[in-house]
Amino acid sequence: MSFKTQALAATAAAALLATAATAEAQVEISWWHAMGGELGDRLNEIAEGFNESQSDYAVRPVYRGNYTETMTAAIAAFRAREQPHIVQVFEVGTASMMAAEGAIYPVYQLMEEHGVDWDPEVYLPAVVGYYADPEGNMLSMPFNSSTPVLYYNKDAFEAAGLDPEQPPKTWDDLVEASRAILEAGAADCGFTTGWQSWLQIENFSALHNVPLSTHANGFESLETEFQFTSDLHKRHIGNMAEWQQENIFQYGGRRSDSRPKFLSGECAIYMDSSGSYAAVEAGADFAFGVGMLPYYDDVEGAPQNSIIGGATLWVLQGHEDEEYEGVAAFFQYLSTPEVQAKWHQETGYLPITLEAYHLSDEQGFYDEKPGTDVSIKQLTLNDPTEHSRGLRLGNFVQIRDVINEELEEVWNGNKTAEQALEDAARRGNDLLRQFEQDNS
Amino acid sequence: MHKKVTFGGFAFPLVLLLPQLAITFVFFLWPAAQALYQSVLRQDAFGLRTTFVGLDNFARLLNDPSYLASFKVTLVFSTSVTLTGLAVALLLACMADRVIKGSGAYKTLLIIPYAVAPAVAGVLWYFLFNPSIGILAYLVRGLGYNWNHQISGTDAMILVVIASVWKQISYNFLFFLAGLQAIPKSLIEAAAIDGAGPWKRFTSIIFPLLSPTTFFLLVVNVVYAFFETFGVIHATTSGGPGQATTILVYKVFTDGFVALNLGSSAAQSVILMLIVVLLTAVQFRYIERRVQY
Repeated sequence: MSFKTQALAATAAAALLATAATAEAQVEISWWHAMGGELGDRLNEIAEGFNESQSDYAVRPVYRGNYTETMTAAIAAFRAREQPHIVQVFEVGTASMMAAEGAIYPVYQLMEEHGVDWDPEVYLPAVVGYYADPEGNMLSMPFNSSTPVLYYNKDAFEAAGLDPEQPPKTWDDLVEASRAILEAGAADCGFTTGWQSWLQIENFSALHNVPLSTHANGFESLETEFQFTSDLHKRHIGNMAEWQQENIFQYGGRRSDSRPKFLSGECAIYMDSSGSYAAVEAGADFAFGVGMLPYYDDVEGAPQNSIIGGATLWVLQGHEDEEYEGVAAFFQYLSTPEVQAKWHQETGYLPITLEAYHLSDEQGFYDEKPGTDVSIKQLTLNDPTEHSRGLRLGNFVQIRDVINEELEEVWNGNKTAEQALEDAARRGNDLLRQFEQDNS
Repeated sequence: MHKKVTFGGFAFPLVLLLPQLAITFVFFLWPAAQALYQSVLRQDAFGLRTTFVGLDNFARLLNDPSYLASFKVTLVFSTSVTLTGLAVALLLACMADRVIKGSGAYKTLLIIPYAVAPAVAGVLWYFLFNPSIGILAYLVRGLGYNWNHQISGTDAMILVVIASVWKQISYNFLFFLAGLQAIPKSLIEAAAIDGAGPWKRFTSIIFPLLSPTTFFLLVVNVVYAFFETFGVIHATTSGGPGQATTILVYKVFTDGFVALNLGSSAAQSVILMLIVVLLTAVQFRYIERRVQY
């Protein structure tokens, strides 16, 4: 054993002793999350950073499977009175969490009751707005948020004689570019999309400042009803069906299953979460660029701003005051620009404070990785309106599947865009009514 | 003269039966009772508000065209999985039974898929048939068929059937092989001497003698197709495109575990339970008559 390894072993033993000694006095805070692999490592680093920054509390992260599994596990644990302090819940679970009034501890209350000088103004409105009550109070702590962007194959653009530094801005641009690419044989298909409901219906509505559903997309009342049967929505889905005939658009699956189409060079343009940046960067053997989502330029108010996806941290009821003090301290640590900037730069998720964005800018991150700032620019394009603040819809996990199913009926030619959207709205409204019934 | 062995009293036999009874109670009766109880309730996800709704969950389901459509999907899926699974396994078993050299290796290889988890089997076939990068999709396209299970419901159904069958073939194979080895060679030799060809021997001797195995496998495979395939579907098509591969049990899974709609999910399990009871009764009542033990 060399001197170096001996020294290492000694320090490790000392560290172990030290943690064992302090563990007695420390208040433990459990944090259930859904970040596997690389993201999980980054998350653990945050918890370790917090634990090292002070000695009163220890945050213990536990990986509980994917988003759905984590949420289900936390709910089951709550029913058995074994709930964690903090649980990570994806955005479509927001309404379910909000409705569970006796089960959750709203973050603004937690911070007021246990936090030291907490300023809710530092958070990005576009991020926080999604998770705030109608009065604008923060209910959960944004953790990993992303927004959809457009990735394009610069090599294919160049081969088709297009400017590789100029991503298509409008849908007309995109169709034109796709035709040029198809004609030049630079790719077999123009564009494909991930998460069709999130991108082509939900974000489409926000970006064009039209309602997805009544009562401010459900923010103001459980009585909300879908409005994605407007002429604009029908026009867009109808267009996509038509573009399919010319291979301007190709469908590639419900989640991010369409990514291989882009990475293999089959499709020249790919719309998906900004959180896909790392995966695209790792998988593309061609030069790629990032642009904002396209819009119809004849629609007044477009482009408004996009909305987010991802997950937030909810605090559950039923624990001791001193433990909640630890949770509040952790949330403050989590919101510091340094922690946020690091998380943002390493994962591609959005920073939750403007300061973290400025810090990343100062550190030269956006020059180093061009396109990583597109998401935040698109998200903050304008002040969010009631149509672009986000969604607050119950049973939304199921409703997304309904929308997926109905859109697939359009792509395979069984239904027209009108019919599919009407059917999706009808089936979706049924689920909204059920949720209203169960929660009133 | 028969010597009759009996246990005196009631307690001792009960003690002997207890482990089995306990298992039946904990893993079958209690959950079934829970499902029945939940099916007449509606509850929010956290269990904070519970209302008794009577048969409302059932009424809602039976008035839902998409739920009724999934009956048809289930019928097509289960029939395909069961028949294909049995036929292919029987064929393989007959072949493996005749192999003389290296039969152990063949048998082992054929049994391996049984050790693969359904979700893993699903992902495997998902990659093989992925329209963009899948090698099998590429080969099929080479034959002039544009494979795309993300859009075509038929392709998606074929994909989940293949993945589910592949997973179950080993099990069927094992039982068929055992059944074949239990058939006395003398019977087959006698038939051969009488001039019966391989096909004739199969249809008039082997297949009838295999019928207890076949019947057992039929019941097991129907149950498999009904209950154990959601992992495969979850990993490959998620019930899509449209609802082309949403079988009943997949809907139970998504409504209950993904959407946390426990009332509806419980009602669906109750319906599913009834269907399987009915199916098994029918199988025993009508098909078992033709089985020769």
